[in-house]
Amino acid sequence: MARRVPCARLERDKQLTQVAEFDSVGLRYGTGAEVLRDLDFRLAHGGFYFLTGPSGAGKTSLLKLLYLAQRPTRGRIRLFGEELSDARREVLPNFRRRIGVVFQDFRLIRHLSAFDNIALPLRIAGATDEQVEGPVREMLAWVGLADRASARPPTLSGGEQQRVAIARAVINRPDLLVADEPTGNVDAAMAQRLLHLFSALNRQGTTVVVATHDVGLISATPGAQLIRIENGGIADPTGTLRNPPRSRR
Amino acid sequence: MLDWLFPSPSERRLLGEARLRGPTAWVIAIMSFSIVIIGAAGLALANTAGVLTRAIEARYSIQVPAGGGNVEALLATVRSVPGVNSAAAVPESEMRRTLERWLGPAAQSTELPVPALVDFDVSSGAKLQEVASRVHAVAPEAKIAAHREAVGPLLHSLRLLQWVAFGLVLLLSAAASAAVVLAARGALDTHRFTIEVMHGIGATDVQVTRLFQRKIAIDALVGSIAGAAVAGLVLLALAAGASFAGELTGGATLSGADFLILLLLPLALTALATWVARTAVLAALRKAL
Repeated sequence: MARRVPCARLERDKQLTQVAEFDSVGLRYGTGAEVLRDLDFRLAHGGFYFLTGPSGAGKTSLLKLLYLAQRPTRGRIRLFGEELSDARREVLPNFRRRIGVVFQDFRLIRHLSAFDNIALPLRIAGATDEQVEGPVREMLAWVGLADRASARPPTLSGGEQQRVAIARAVINRPDLLVADEPTGNVDAAMAQRLLHLFSALNRQGTTVVVATHDVGLISATPGAQLIRIENGGIADPTGTLRNPPRSRR
Repeated sequence: MLDWLFPSPSERRLLGEARLRGPTAWVIAIMSFSIVIIGAAGLALANTAGVLTRAIEARYSIQVPAGGGNVEALLATVRSVPGVNSAAAVPESEMRRTLERWLGPAAQSTELPVPALVDFDVSSGAKLQEVASRVHAVAPEAKIAAHREAVGPLLHSLRLLQWVAFGLVLLLSAAASAAVVLAARGALDTHRFTIEVMHGIGATDVQVTRLFQRKIAIDALVGSIAGAAVAGLVLLALAAGASFAGELTGGATLSGADFLILLLLPLALTALATWVARTAVLAALRKAL
């Protein structure tokens, strides 16, 4: 999982205290009502966050803003110290390469093997076939799919697909890991292993944001902070976000 | 610069093993066939016009309506003028044979007056005025006509046809480009999910475009070479069975440079299709975030 990072960027990132800054952010699709409104929050460098809230509250939309799949319709978003709300699209790929995403529906490419799906971020970043071999084999073994390297997603179970999706998201050791219900299709033991992987990445400096309903997952991560979304807004905009949420203490 | 033509095996797998859907290669083959045939026709017309122009540029006719009593004197006079390279009388029998096509046996009647006709060629420095004054001294009723004036409308038509052929080549190239744009859009729709995933992971537009550009380039190359090969066979068959055409056009044929141009046409079509595909894919990708 070694990755080359330009020295100038390392120096700058060390000085960064915030990975993401949302200021008065709103989002609407087309001409519909706002699905997110007045979002003001910061994600600290190296933080571990759980995003919770009822279904339809806007968790996935918020994550889309975080991994640059959507632009906000109002407000400002800074990622890694750069204002990206209305940045030219040509600059976005470089930022996306610093973000690992675990999609709720996995979004694996059906005609590629598990190996090729996991290797995709490395190849897009310019690694050769020889360079990806070791890290991908290592990652496959870690998620328990060493013997399924050549299997294509349609032949994998839901849990196996989810593990491939997670492996693809973390293979590049991203600066920001965004996961949408990452343990929805895995058993408790695998969920625990995935949480350990996220924690290990977090200890190495990766900021982790996990959208989940899994209370067990939240309670197993004592240092994490909670962001609760309700009706498109942050439910506890004035208080310090902490675990467990203030309302449950 | 051309590294997109040689992707790694993993890059090839990204769009799946199947070739692009649709009849792109067939459409391009038909376009290539038509372009080569029309291009060959255009070049042959240009050569024919050139041969005709060279043949008649310096040629004139002296026509004496009263007949050929003094043809020999006329010939001697014309040949004596400086700058006249050659002069020859058209035999009366030949003119009567020509007239026979319209008049039938009556053309052989001695009662039918046939004018005397003398053709002569001049060099570039020849003085036509002097030729005219000397001719009129021998035969006052004689008329001198430049061949280029008589053949001018035909030459004009040939040049016009040549430009029509050139325009058709351009139109067919545009039609092939439109087919490529449609094929590129179809391919983008087919692989929309893969593109979204690649973009989400940080792929640039250029990285995505490389995948499609190569596939369409291969389709275009296969199609254009196949079409040009069939066109070549058709041209060979036409050339073998049409020696009379050579006589009609004064021996105008396709030169080595013409064949080189015809060989380059399918390659140019491939390059055009590849560029159009790249531009179309990049334009479509720019619509996404």
